[in-house]
Amino acid sequence: MFSFELLLDAVVLGVLVGCFYAAMSIGLSVAFGLLDVPHIAHPAFLVLGAYGTHLLSRQGWDPLIAGIVLMPVFFLIGIGVYRFYYEAFERRGSEAGVRGLAFFFGVAFIIEVALILAFGVDQRMVEATYIGKSLAIGDMRVPFRMLVAFGMALALTAGLTLYLSKSFTGRAIKAVAQDEPALRLMGANPVRIKQWAFGIATAVTAIAGALLIIVGPVEPGLDRVYIGRTFCVVVLAGLGSMTGTLVAGLILGISESIVLTLAGASWAPAVSFGLLLLVLGIRPQGLFGR
Amino acid sequence: MTRSATGFWIGAVAVVVLAALVAVSGANEYFFFAGFVVLQFVVLATAWNILGGYAGYVNFGTGAFFGVGAYTAVVLFKALSAPLWAQILAGAGVSGLLGFGIGLLTLRLRGIFFSIATVAVAIILETLVINWRYVGGATGIQLLRPPVMWPFETYTRMLFVVVALLAVLAVSIARYIETSWLGRGLRAIRDSEEAAECTGVPTLKLKLFACTVSGAMMGTAGALLPMYQSFVEPASSFSLNYSVAALAMPMIGGTSHWLGPVVGAILLGTIQQVVTVTISSELNVLVVGVLLVLFVVAAPEGIVGLARKLARVRAPTAGAA
Repeated sequence: MFSFELLLDAVVLGVLVGCFYAAMSIGLSVAFGLLDVPHIAHPAFLVLGAYGTHLLSRQGWDPLIAGIVLMPVFFLIGIGVYRFYYEAFERRGSEAGVRGLAFFFGVAFIIEVALILAFGVDQRMVEATYIGKSLAIGDMRVPFRMLVAFGMALALTAGLTLYLSKSFTGRAIKAVAQDEPALRLMGANPVRIKQWAFGIATAVTAIAGALLIIVGPVEPGLDRVYIGRTFCVVVLAGLGSMTGTLVAGLILGISESIVLTLAGASWAPAVSFGLLLLVLGIRPQGLFGR
Repeated sequence: MTRSATGFWIGAVAVVVLAALVAVSGANEYFFFAGFVVLQFVVLATAWNILGGYAGYVNFGTGAFFGVGAYTAVVLFKALSAPLWAQILAGAGVSGLLGFGIGLLTLRLRGIFFSIATVAVAIILETLVINWRYVGGATGIQLLRPPVMWPFETYTRMLFVVVALLAVLAVSIARYIETSWLGRGLRAIRDSEEAAECTGVPTLKLKLFACTVSGAMMGTAGALLPMYQSFVEPASSFSLNYSVAALAMPMIGGTSHWLGPVVGAILLGTIQQVVTVTISSELNVLVVGVLLVLFVVAAPEGIVGLARKLARVRAPTAGAA
């Protein structure tokens, strides 16, 4: 029943899936980790990106290109959402926490139901040359679509890490996260920087959504599972740490894949949420907490 | 104060008596079917508000308590053919225990972290039930209702009276908490937990109390589900739809007054029933979401807050005239 090869298979798949989870979570890592926005609608935006990709791919577009084309659109949506959130909640202060949470929870449901009304509850997928084929290494078969997700995840993490540490605006975003009043004293406008950062976080969600539908079929209710996965990764990483997000994604991916192999698929959803509870209970500041 | 208290109790008794009278009358069966759901949401919304509205801890895991209540009833019924009152009591007990456990989480977690943790609990419990063969696993379980008691014609009618009784009980408890020192302590926690702790408010005890009571109430509502549907399955029992409804109703009605969740639940529950029947069941979740966002943004005090504001604007002119 249990063999070393099976475990090895599980670990390899776990690494690939883990990088994929990191790509799913990296937008949230910016929005929630750096900007402290309780963005519980992030997984819903992922699914929205996946459906956008689905629409474009029906016109004959490659899903990856479709995801990249959607990025500017999502960037603008992100700016709009943050602007609205700021005007309605952050500026009013005190009770913003409870209402902001309820607001994003409501937004998530609106997106989910709007997708159900527009596309129905059936699963949707995309077609591309790299979907369905797999690479054989010895006895092991690695699906190409996972490799695409793997590569894209690494590129996204590296890109965002570089952007945040090298570019001027990127460092301004980190400065907002560290000390907002100080930034204000330096004459910068923290709201505009946060708005920009939230736009980027949402734009990344578009390409992540494209990966989501490349890796597997998508249905409107999928965001519920990804609430656990994305928040697990971001909290485990330590809020706002990009490399941490990759490491946390790997941890989640490998544990899920091992549980899947040993206990069966019906236990899989509990892994991310269980790990999340464990981290929250034991080390809420995560592995690489700021 | 005493006058309004007398008024409240007269109203409470009137609601139960009215429900009983309607139930033995010849009203259309569908009325009880829909009325049950609305009153069940009164219980859930009131329960949510004790923790979320008074203490400011946003619970996204209503589905967990509701589902635990439902499956406690299922187990008792399947193993011992326990009567309805025992199912309700057990559902309240087990969900209350779960609430106590969640209350312990508040030791370390606040804000969004607490909320996410409650979602996590809901999904983990759902996964456990899915993998539990005795209660039917993912496919669910069919239950045969026992014969109905006199003087009710159908089981749904009896359940309607039971849920009316539970709703009145839940609202009375919420009202008691709100007007006593417990409510003042919880509000102090919502405004500033540090300040509350410093001035001697027993914050941990109060939070544990609020979580336990809120959880137990949600459990009673869930315990009625198996007999109401005579069928239970995990995906819908632990559904996030209960969480969003139980959160939206107090937010729409107003979280600072016991009347808020009641108004929100009756209004939203009725709209949902109408939309489900006339259009579609997907659309009723959309209605909840849109109204939630609208109220949270435009009227943070809810309907009760709006009504109070209106009364305040009117009062001076009435005095002048």
